[in-house]
Amino acid sequence: MNAFPFENKVFDPAEAMPRKELAALQLQRLREAVARAACVPFYKKALAKAKVTAQSIRKLEDVRRLPITTKADLRDGYPLDFLAIPRAQVARFHCSSGTTGKPIFVAYNRHDLNTWADLCARFLTAGGLRSEHTVHIAFGYGLFTGGFGLHYGCERVGAAVLPAASGNTPRQVMLLKDLGADVLVCTPSYALNIAEVAQGQGVKPKDLSLKFAHFGGEPWTEDMRRQIEAGLGLMAFNNYGLSEVMGPGVSGECVARNGMHISEDHFLVECLDPDTLEPVEDGQRGELVLTTLTKQAMPILRYRTRDIAHLDPSPCPCGRTGVRMSRIVGRTDDMLIIRGVNVFPSQIEEALLRVEGAAPHYFIEVDRPGKMDEVTVKVEVRAQDFSDRMSQMEALREKISREIHSITTIRVNVELVEPQTLDRSAGKAVRVIDHRKK
Amino acid sequence: MKITQLSVFLENKPGRLSHPCRALADAGINILTLSLADTHQFGIMRLIVKEPQKAKKALEAAGCVVNLTEVIAIEVPDRPGGLADVLMAIEKSALNVEYMYAFTFRRADKAIIVFRFEDPDAGIRAIQAKGMNVISSVELYERAGK
Repeated sequence: MNAFPFENKVFDPAEAMPRKELAALQLQRLREAVARAACVPFYKKALAKAKVTAQSIRKLEDVRRLPITTKADLRDGYPLDFLAIPRAQVARFHCSSGTTGKPIFVAYNRHDLNTWADLCARFLTAGGLRSEHTVHIAFGYGLFTGGFGLHYGCERVGAAVLPAASGNTPRQVMLLKDLGADVLVCTPSYALNIAEVAQGQGVKPKDLSLKFAHFGGEPWTEDMRRQIEAGLGLMAFNNYGLSEVMGPGVSGECVARNGMHISEDHFLVECLDPDTLEPVEDGQRGELVLTTLTKQAMPILRYRTRDIAHLDPSPCPCGRTGVRMSRIVGRTDDMLIIRGVNVFPSQIEEALLRVEGAAPHYFIEVDRPGKMDEVTVKVEVRAQDFSDRMSQMEALREKISREIHSITTIRVNVELVEPQTLDRSAGKAVRVIDHRKK
Repeated sequence: MKITQLSVFLENKPGRLSHPCRALADAGINILTLSLADTHQFGIMRLIVKEPQKAKKALEAAGCVVNLTEVIAIEVPDRPGGLADVLMAIEKSALNVEYMYAFTFRRADKAIIVFRFEDPDAGIRAIQAKGMNVISSVELYERAGK
C-alpha cells in the first residue's frame, strides 16, 4: 500500500527513532552541548549566573534553566567570541544575513560540516531527491549558508549538482531546459521569477524535466506554492534553517507535506510565548527557540529565532518521528496583538499588494483610546493612483480596508497620506508605532 | 476647448492647505480659481492656473501629489435660473457631471463655470449642440487678465 505520490524514503534511520529513545539521546546530547558551550566566555558567565552545569541537567525540561541567546548577544560577540574550539580547527565560516551593521560570523569544524550535509540530505531525500537526479542550485553561493548547505546535502545524497547560483534568469531557464535538471533549489521568490521568465520565453513545464523543488531562505505561502508548481510543473517542498544554529537543515517537509520535520536529534526545539518565554501549547503559535545539540565549533543555547510558527507532535504517515513545525507565519520583532488577534505588518503589506492602485508604503499606528485597541494604517498615495474624483479615492480607501480585514480579521482605519511622509530610515523601515501602554 | 486642471492631494493635517499655495506663490503662479473637496480624512484641491505644467513641476518639487485632468469651462447667464437651464441641457444629453465650480470673474452678464465630465470631448459636443459657449483656455486666460 502506498498512498504517496512517490516512494517515502528515509535517509537516516534516526529520523524515525522512537520518541522515548530520541528523548534519551537528546538529554545526553544536551549535557554535552552545555559542557561545550561553557568554553565560551558569554555562556560560562551566563551558566554560572543561572547556576547550571552540564551535570545538573537531569531532564529535558531543564533546558528552561539555560540562558537565552539573542541575535544582539551574537552581534556583541563579533567577530568570534562565540567560537568554542581553537581557531585552527575551524573548517568553514559563513555569515548570517544582517540587515543592520556588522554580520554574525558562524563557524563549523569538520564534524559540523559532516552533520550539516547529512541534515540537508535528510530533507532532500524526504522531498524526492535521489542519487540519479541532477539538481540545479540557484541559491547565492558565498557567505549565505543556503548555497553551500544544499550543495553538500545534494552531494551527500549522491545526486549531480549544477551550481548555477542566482542571477541572469534567462540563462537559468536555458540551463534548466538544456541540461534537464530534475530538481530546483532556490528561494521561492526566485522560483516565481524563473517561472515568469520561462513563460515569457514560451518555455512550458513540459519543456523542462523538473520533478521536485526545495525552497527555503524566506517565508512563503501556499498561494506561491501553487503558482510555482503550475508554472514549472513540479512538486515544491519547504525547508527551514538559520545560519545562527547551522543553516538549512533544521527541518524540512516529507512526502506528506503537512509541516516540516525538525531534526530533533540535533536541535532541541521550544515554542515559547515571546512575551513571557513560557511554553505555548502544541498547535499554538509561538516563537521558535533552538538549542544546538551536536554543533561543536559554535554551540548555541536557546537561540531566539524570532520566527513564529506552531508545532505539531502528532504522528506523521511518513513514519518520521521528528515533531513538525508549521510555515513561518511571522517574526516576533514586528508582531502586534490587536484585540487579542496576532497581526503582522507583512499581512498589511500583503493586503496592499492585492489592491490595485495601493502603494506598498504603509505605516501602522496602534492606540487604545478607551478599552479597545484601535489601528490606523497610513498608506501613501502615489501620483499615478491619485484621482481628482473623491469617489475614486474613497473607493480605494474602502478596498484597502476590506482587504486588510479579510487577511487579518481585524477592522482598521485606513488613512491616505502624502508620499514620503512615512519614515524611510536607513536600513529596515520602521513600520509600526504602538502608543498603547505596555 | 479643454482646460487643464491641477488636482492636489491634501492630507488632513495643519498647514496642508497653505503648503501648495505657497509653492505656487514662490513659483510666481497666480491661481485663477479653485475648489476644495474634503472628507474628515483627506482632501482634494482643484486649481486652474495659466501655466499648469509649470505649476505641476513646482508642486511636485514641493512634495505634493498632483495630477492633471481636462475640464471644460462653460459660459452661464448670470441671472436666476441661468445655471439650472445649463444643467438641464446637460442632463438631457445623459452626461454625468462629476463636479463643478465657478470662476471668480465674469464678463458682462455671463458667469463661467468649470465642469468635470467623465468624457470631456462628449461634454463639449453636447454643450455646443445646445448652443452654449465653451470657453477655450486662451480666451479664459485672456479674460482672467494678468
